[in-house]
Amino acid sequence: MKVINIPATEDTPKVVLDHENKIFEISGRSLPEDVVVFYQPVMEWLDNFENTPIPNMELAIKLEYFNTASSKLILDILLKLEEIYQDGTPLKVIWYFLSSDTDMKEAGEEYSEIVGLPFEITEY
Amino acid sequence: MENASKKLLANQKSLTHISEFHQLMDEKDIMLVYCGEFSQELNKTLLAFTERKFKSENVEDNTRRKMFNIMVEMLQNISKNKVENTGEDPGISSVFMLGNSSDDYVLISSNMIRNDKIPPLKNRLDEVNSLDKEGLKQLYKDARLNATFSETSGAGIGIIDIARKSEQKLEYNFEEINDTYSVFSLLIKVSK
Repeated sequence: MKVINIPATEDTPKVVLDHENKIFEISGRSLPEDVVVFYQPVMEWLDNFENTPIPNMELAIKLEYFNTASSKLILDILLKLEEIYQDGTPLKVIWYFLSSDTDMKEAGEEYSEIVGLPFEITEY
Repeated sequence: MENASKKLLANQKSLTHISEFHQLMDEKDIMLVYCGEFSQELNKTLLAFTERKFKSENVEDNTRRKMFNIMVEMLQNISKNKVENTGEDPGISSVFMLGNSSDDYVLISSNMIRNDKIPPLKNRLDEVNSLDKEGLKQLYKDARLNATFSETSGAGIGIIDIARKSEQKLEYNFEEINDTYSVFSLLIKVSK
């Protein structure tokens, strides 16, 4: 499987999907105007992961800001992971929020209410 | 000679406008005004400016984050929904403003919209204004779950998110320009 390592920019997050080093992370700001284009490699990676799943992946989502279009795409990522989890591959999502950021905490709680997979919400 | 004095007069006049404009900005406590073409590159510049300003003024973290989020949705709403130039386009510039009142920060956007896009947008604005915090949360969850990507570029989910972050009623206006176009103005408040 391909390793994805996209550095952060002013309006796009850092994305690391690296099964060799067991680092799975989306962090920073997700405000692109065209979210579909930005997340295309991530969705492709998830399709591959679904075909050749590796157990016990822990995806860290650590966002400072995201726009509503990204919010829809994050949901699509989580729904895809839910599918993989319910097909029998154990995995976990860890949603990080800054202790002062109540909106980001609530955003995590709202996702966890929708998707059926182990979902941890952690302050940092 | 005549030309030169005309020029001088014109300059004096424009300087008067500048001082009037400056006075207006001070009175209304306007922090930022941009009028013209909007793009993602420009949005990033306006966001970076605002972020620096709020940090230097020690605006409380949650308020600063809410403002940033609302601003992203308002700016991308303008830059993503440019009306196509068909020749009947009356060519009215889009505007974004950020101001201050004693109790609130005020964000204002104004842009052209095709008249046929008004009814669903107006319905969404009225729906959002009729709901409380819990109702908005539910509407946001449902809209996000059911949205397709063509809709996320519309104002649908963005408007709900703005209402949730603002925690106040949205003020809006549609002003008809001609049979095809109107100007859509939106005013959002965030408590200090």
